[in-house]
Amino acid sequence: MYFNIKTMLATALATSTLLLVQPVMAEVYAQNPNLGNTPMQGTATFEAFGGKEGLVKIMDDFMIGLVADPRTKPFFDNDKQTFIKAMLVEQMCELMNGGCKYPGRDMKASHANMKVNRAAFNGLVEQFQFAMDKHNVPFSAQNKLLAKLAPMYRDIETTTGDAVAPVFPKTGE
Amino acid sequence: MKTIQINATKHMRTLLAAGVLSALLSPAAWAADQAYSNKLLLTGGVSQVEGAAGGGLTPWATIGGYGTNNEVGGNLHYTYVKTGDYNLNTYGFSVGLFDRVEFSVAEQSFSLGKLRNKVSAGLGVDPIGRDHLTQTIVGVKVRVAGEAVLDADTWMPQIAVGLQYKENDEGDFIKGKNNPVVGAKSDHGTDIYIAATKLFLDKNLLLNGTLRFTKANQFGLLGFGGDKNNSYEPMLEVSAAYLLRKDLAIGAEYRMKPDNLRSPANDLLFGGANIVDLKEDDAFDIFIAYAPSKNISLTAAYVNLGNIATVKAVGADYGNQEGVYLSAQIGF
Repeated sequence: MYFNIKTMLATALATSTLLLVQPVMAEVYAQNPNLGNTPMQGTATFEAFGGKEGLVKIMDDFMIGLVADPRTKPFFDNDKQTFIKAMLVEQMCELMNGGCKYPGRDMKASHANMKVNRAAFNGLVEQFQFAMDKHNVPFSAQNKLLAKLAPMYRDIETTTGDAVAPVFPKTGE
Repeated sequence: MKTIQINATKHMRTLLAAGVLSALLSPAAWAADQAYSNKLLLTGGVSQVEGAAGGGLTPWATIGGYGTNNEVGGNLHYTYVKTGDYNLNTYGFSVGLFDRVEFSVAEQSFSLGKLRNKVSAGLGVDPIGRDHLTQTIVGVKVRVAGEAVLDADTWMPQIAVGLQYKENDEGDFIKGKNNPVVGAKSDHGTDIYIAATKLFLDKNLLLNGTLRFTKANQFGLLGFGGDKNNSYEPMLEVSAAYLLRKDLAIGAEYRMKPDNLRSPANDLLFGGANIVDLKEDDAFDIFIAYAPSKNISLTAAYVNLGNIATVKAVGADYGNQEGVYLSAQIGF
């Protein structure tokens, strides 16, 4: 026999362990490790945002605000806007238990090629508030989502100095 | 006359310092408004009555001004409190450095004309002899841990330690050995406090607890220490604020105060028929704070300071000094 008895035993052990562990792993990965926070219970907040349709509209105005705001412009005035908006919709949707699956990278990785400071982070929060206000999202629903997003500052902020824009060049439309 | 001149100089000094501060900050503020307003609206609190960032009565762990961790911010504030027998005018400024350290200076002027009139009418002489008590409060606060607003997924509050050095200008009056009216032990003192502030963002709720060690009588306006007590005592101060909108909050505060002063012996005043009761009570307020923009916040409150100094018949109940609290703050 090509396989000796040790290998077979080890394989059997490994297989059985994997079979035992798999349901547990499934539990863990039911929570998207890249999402940045645990999703909400229930869908009341998601509905207050007008569902995924509402989120898409909010993100369109959010992006306009981000590009207009000198604090956030360097991070968003580039040709990745469509991609970023789509990612944000999926991420917010999953955080609000809206049945989506955020396919993007985690917050640390997705902000690794830039330096975000507190002013830029808070600038983004303010622009998000403006966009949510514009689409009549009730204040307490806004804060329920912001409470999920705010702690992400720990992964997103990488400097207490000046903000530095992402390294990819703007290639134009 | 001498007192008035001293006060005028002091007020000029504070005004000058405030002017220098605003001159230093405003070109930058006008040129790059955004760069100096990067905290979220109302999240720094307003200016409390002694000049620190906080609620109306209570210092919070937040650092004043809208500056973030690599910025400098500042505030000018004016506060007016009117109760049944008294009113209090406070103005001052604070500077927040890198969301870490806060310096503040406040000038308080306490009008006691009504009490003076009652006492001199009862006695036929005027032992009070002035319409105002004034004091200067210099404060420093350091944030030592936590992030009140953004750490929305933990119970960990923002924690700061601070002190307020208070110097009352009317030492002759408030601690005069032969003066039967107040009887404080000192005309200056330092309050030391630790504050914990937490915004429960998903509940729109901000809670604050502050533990202050103090000897101050009526915030220091009636001096420090007295015949009943002359040692530091811990006083708890709590605030709760509910955010109605990002620019509008309502809330309430409770502040314990010491009770150090012994009321003057009956026979010294009014032949024993009436007394000046100096019993000090806790204070509370119910407030609404509105920030129409990053640079302006306005606070209105119902405030109850309890008893301050009441002329009353022996054995009679004293009233509460309740009334309005109005405050405006301009930020840079």
